[in-house]
Amino acid sequence: MFDTTRRRLMAGAVGLAAAASFALPAFAQDGKDTVKAAFVYVGPIGDYGWTYAHDQGRKYLEEKLGDKVETSYVENVAEGPDAERVIRQLAQEGNDIIFTTSFGFMNPTIKVAKQFPDVKFEHATGYQTGSDNMGLYNSRFYQGRAVLGTIAGMMSETGKAGYIASFPIPEVVMGINAFTLAARKVNPEFTTQVVWVSSWYDPAKEADAAKALLSQGADVITQHTDSPAPLQAAEEAGAIAFGQAWDMTSFAPNAHMTAIVDQWGPYYVKRVEALLDGTWEADNVWLGMAEGEVEMGPFNDKMPDDVKAAAQKIVDETKAGNYEIFTGPIKDQAGEERAAEGEVIPDGDLLKMDWYVEGVQN
Amino acid sequence: MTLALFITILMTVAAAATPLLIAALGELVVEKSGVLNLGVEGMMLIGAVTGFAVASVTGVPAVGAIAAMGAGALAALIFAALTLSLMANQVATGLALTIFGTGVSALLGAPYVGITTTPLGPVFPDALAADPIWRILFGHSPLVYVGLLLTLGVWWFLKHSRPGLILRAVGESDSAAHSIGYPVLKIRYVAVLFGGAMAGLGGCYYSLVLTPMWAERLTAGRGWIAIALVVFASWRPGRVLAGAYLFGAVITLELQAKAAGLNFFAPELLASLPYLATVLVLAIISAGRRGAGTAAPACLGQPFRASA
Repeated sequence: MFDTTRRRLMAGAVGLAAAASFALPAFAQDGKDTVKAAFVYVGPIGDYGWTYAHDQGRKYLEEKLGDKVETSYVENVAEGPDAERVIRQLAQEGNDIIFTTSFGFMNPTIKVAKQFPDVKFEHATGYQTGSDNMGLYNSRFYQGRAVLGTIAGMMSETGKAGYIASFPIPEVVMGINAFTLAARKVNPEFTTQVVWVSSWYDPAKEADAAKALLSQGADVITQHTDSPAPLQAAEEAGAIAFGQAWDMTSFAPNAHMTAIVDQWGPYYVKRVEALLDGTWEADNVWLGMAEGEVEMGPFNDKMPDDVKAAAQKIVDETKAGNYEIFTGPIKDQAGEERAAEGEVIPDGDLLKMDWYVEGVQN
Repeated sequence: MTLALFITILMTVAAAATPLLIAALGELVVEKSGVLNLGVEGMMLIGAVTGFAVASVTGVPAVGAIAAMGAGALAALIFAALTLSLMANQVATGLALTIFGTGVSALLGAPYVGITTTPLGPVFPDALAADPIWRILFGHSPLVYVGLLLTLGVWWFLKHSRPGLILRAVGESDSAAHSIGYPVLKIRYVAVLFGGAMAGLGGCYYSLVLTPMWAERLTAGRGWIAIALVVFASWRPGRVLAGAYLFGAVITLELQAKAAGLNFFAPELLASLPYLATVLVLAIISAGRRGAGTAAPACLGQPFRASA
């Protein structure tokens, strides 16, 4: 009898302590001293592209906030059921905010966010949330694509570009369309041949796809996959190409004209600071050049001056808010008009884009 | 299709086939000795990272290739020690080596991300190697020729040499070989080390020739295709050569078709073509004379216990 009572007492004490610790986070909503931030990456940091850029953002966060933030990351998380397991584990480990950095993490994040109302979740490049502790963030990469398209249109001799693309999701489609629209402004006959490699990261396949496109007459290579392999193929063939998500000049000093550089650092700092002040609220932001999230890599010296000037003009006008690539008249592949003269395609439609503009061959 | 395009396609096919060919020939020798090594993918990655690291430090890609062979053999030594001396389950150990190789290569390769090195390019003079027509013979990386010579060498070794006969005996009936007096475990050790070295060499093709850089998981599963290739080829070197070039052709043509805009098949179907081809050929071979299963070495995958 005595033992049972003592055991009951101990169990009761432990239960009370556990209940108390669960109650704490609810009170901690108004500001924290330190924040534990976790990052979920779809690829390896060593891709020197998409995931590398996010990790640079994480490092920037650590640098800026020092002791107030403790970060961790999991890389190479496959999109799908495995992602759910990883996100749930991070939530259970006591992280305050979890950034899931790929489109395919959308549903797993929604699911786990509903089960952990006290943990904040931010999903990159998605379009859905399920609870008010989950926010969305995205970057207007297509603004960078417009610059690339302009350069391509002006520098291409064959008027044909090769586009190595991963999956036909709206973000990728937007990029292809922005690139082609900008190139066609310079050369109305410009065409973009798209090859789908069904992977965000497969260097050998990307290199093979680039070689195939080059042998079919493309002299500009651009990509929406994460490795520098296509640049190497372009360098070998004497074509021009662009870096994806980070400056990849070291891989192709002659071919690499510029790059779309993803700068996630300032955004991550902003969100963690909001958590530290207790002002974090689920949001849906789509930032671009004007906010510093999209930057262009340095222009290659081999670029002719008039091309540099044209590219820089687009960057400046985009930052000032005067240039919007998705302004009509825009026709799709079938010749149907999707945007009238002067009409700007709204954000909502861009995020659901599943049609291609004239000049795209996919 | 112009001649230039045709030759470009052939060059790409050879480039895609070579790493598969080299790794598969190594695996063929290993399996002929009776050991099933599923760690090829991990060993290829270790070879790739070592080859790239040594090449970028020394500046000589050939030294990198040799180092890759050494590293592959070292990884295979771990596998051999576990499965031959400690008699661990070969399938499980092979899978463990794959996971280990993937992780170790990522760890060792971290300082080498973001840089490139001189590729192991054509060895013949530019006049031949860069010539639009003759490059089909002379414009390849030396590893392509190594692959072809290796096929010849492995075929001759297995079919026409005494050591090859002993190796095959060990693979078909290890207890009979043991009772005649051949050192079964020693022979298997050598075979496994050779297989590891070849896997390393095949892996370094990706980091030194195809895409001269290191990035995690660079081989993207080609090691598994090499293992499948050995079965597909019914454990015969000549068929390994044909199979490797067939796979290389399927991989290349899939992308060429997409690039040319031939889209009556969905891109996903085109991407699965290499694997469908494997299944198809396996089915055809199995339906033929006495099936592919009987072509496997009889002691494949079974640990050897020297009973008195």
